Amino acid sequence: MTVATPYVEQRRRTNLNAWAAIVLFMPPALLLFTVFVFLPMAEASWYSFFNWNGYGRLERFIGLKNYGYVFEDPVFFRALINNGLIIVVSMLVQLPLAMGVSLLVAERTRDAVWFRLIFFLPYVLADIAAGLIWRFMFDGDYGLAAAITGLFGLQPVYLLASPDWAYSAILIVVVWKYFGFYMMLFVAGLQGVDKSLLESAEIDGASPSQKFFKVTLPLLGPMVRLAIFFSVVGSLQLFDIVAAITAGGPFNTTHTMVSFLYYFGITRMRVGYGSAIGVVLFIISVAFAFGYKRLVMRDD
Amino acid sequence: MSFRTLALASACLLALGAGARADSTVTILHVNDNAGARAFWDTIAKDYEASHSGVKVEFKYLENEAFKAKLPTMLQSDDSRPSAFYSWGGGVMEAQVKAGFLKDITADVADVEKNLSQTADDAFKVDGKAYGVPWDTGGVPIFYNKKLFAKAGVKAEDIKTWDDFLAAIKALKAAGVTPIVVGAGEKWPMHFYYSYLVMRIGGAHALSDAKAGKDGGFKNATFVEAGKRLRELAALEPFQNGYLATSHQQSASTFGDGKAAMDLMGDWLLNMQSSSASDGKGLAEDDIGVMSFPTLPGGKGQASDILGGNHAFLVTKTASADAIDFLKFFSQEKYAKAAAEGGYYIPVYKGSEASIKDPIERQIATMLANTSYHQNFFDQDLGPSVGRVVNDISVAVAAGQMTPEAAAAAIQAAADQQ
Repeated sequence: MTVATPYVEQRRRTNLNAWAAIVLFMPPALLLFTVFVFLPMAEASWYSFFNWNGYGRLERFIGLKNYGYVFEDPVFFRALINNGLIIVVSMLVQLPLAMGVSLLVAERTRDAVWFRLIFFLPYVLADIAAGLIWRFMFDGDYGLAAAITGLFGLQPVYLLASPDWAYSAILIVVVWKYFGFYMMLFVAGLQGVDKSLLESAEIDGASPSQKFFKVTLPLLGPMVRLAIFFSVVGSLQLFDIVAAITAGGPFNTTHTMVSFLYYFGITRMRVGYGSAIGVVLFIISVAFAFGYKRLVMRDD
Repeated sequence: MSFRTLALASACLLALGAGARADSTVTILHVNDNAGARAFWDTIAKDYEASHSGVKVEFKYLENEAFKAKLPTMLQSDDSRPSAFYSWGGGVMEAQVKAGFLKDITADVADVEKNLSQTADDAFKVDGKAYGVPWDTGGVPIFYNKKLFAKAGVKAEDIKTWDDFLAAIKALKAAGVTPIVVGAGEKWPMHFYYSYLVMRIGGAHALSDAKAGKDGGFKNATFVEAGKRLRELAALEPFQNGYLATSHQQSASTFGDGKAAMDLMGDWLLNMQSSSASDGKGLAEDDIGVMSFPTLPGGKGQASDILGGNHAFLVTKTASADAIDFLKFFSQEKYAKAAAEGGYYIPVYKGSEASIKDPIERQIATMLANTSYHQNFFDQDLGPSVGRVVNDISVAVAAGQMTPEAAAAAIQAAADQQ
């Protein structure tokens, strides 16, 4: 007993200190989190059970009907597919492109820095401005598309008016706009790769492609996994470019989840319905974020 | 949450803005207007302040989309609720009445009403009670390019029926002229065709009957037939290339550049075709004509039934007596005439069309004054949730992406979910 007392006392003191720290430091963060993260989420979930146009009180409780409407809506599934397409195109085109370009410009020379700047520029542009510029370029009468078809004497092409092709136009812009960001990520990763490893591989007689696939790429693993994470999150958030280029048209074939939420929830003053879409989007995002962190990024 | 912060933010803004306190302040929330019109509003406010000491009248402006997004919040907040605000009427106004945000001013405006256009006045009544004072009206005629009509040998006077209209389109196409320009990328310009077809086929009560669920609601034969006729028109490929992605602005510039023969559009096209044209001037007034939408064989609607918007200032529940008094003050012949002369809008004050200087605008105002029936824009009348579905299906039916039957069912489904 007498031996154990100081130990217990010490335990108690550290416990007290820890509690003091918690009491002191927790409330600001907790308050901010509650007010700006938890409450909006809780409120949106609450709204999603009502048929509400934003006016007056929440009176018409309709249970899960809004969710039923969401899952009945073909536009919702089209938006979901479109989000998926962004991710697929990002992995198959955008990230390899960014990787290739980053290998070319990773050197710390002046020319490389200039090119990095040029490739990074689209990312700096405001999304809406970039969207409007591209909207004009795709114009079949006056835009770049018109110049190209005119040059070859072809019939004018109206990419944005075609339900089959309009979304490809958006994918082009997405790849163009954001590949610079991933390039920068990879450049940063490449600059952290130990040169001596590459040198020793070279001495051992590795070909350039072997050097890339056996040394550089594995070392860039964390960056690649991070880039994929960003591309999925970016896809789930994509709105501005869609709004500026097609506003979801023609025939609602070019919506993403967020533009679907905006054009079908907010502009139609169906706050309950929009909230239901928001909750679904939230669940998808959370499931992905936690799942990906746990399964793929667990060692990073 | 976002509503709460917005309300808070706007309340703070208002508190900051209200530096000069008068005994009573009348605030009127308006959508963005051009400089000339703003000066016009300010003059009226000053006139009123001069003759009513202790009352301050303030016009506040918000951009169209921002206006629509913020209004629900502002109406719920006791601090930022304006005394009166701009309204398109229709479904949104009905929702505001139902939520109890508006004031019944039937008794107050009884003596003003008799001077105003009956249809515009009725547009701001719900169950016979008046909630606002209308001041502006508008109409959607077919604008046509006289030179292009002459080139194709088409005479506007001969276009009375739907068949005449289709024949004119064939003649224009044969002459190598794009018959119609439409900004279908924004959808609502196409819904003018669908709306007019419903009005011409089903007559004045077609829309209100469908809203009330009579005879199958929106699934009834009128709406299906309207879709079939729209598809019949679109099958002739009368629209400019790539019309599904064209914005309203682009369509106005196409018309102003003389690259399309017709545009079914609101009276504002007159100014817009010149400001949006490549040369900044557009078509000369002499080269533009306006005509009514054609009638349909066996249809109940008349050629003089007209589609268009009416605008009013609606009075909120907490507005002071001064606010109502100001709106009555503003509804004088003097100001209606000034607005007509200045070309700011088409006043609803009876007889004011004679003061409009621009001949085409005067022609539209006269059409409006003599109309047998004035129908509010369908997408306003129905409110945003059902209205936007009408816009969607108008484009889809025209492009052959949706059958007329499925389109009618889609409107009904949206109405059921409301």
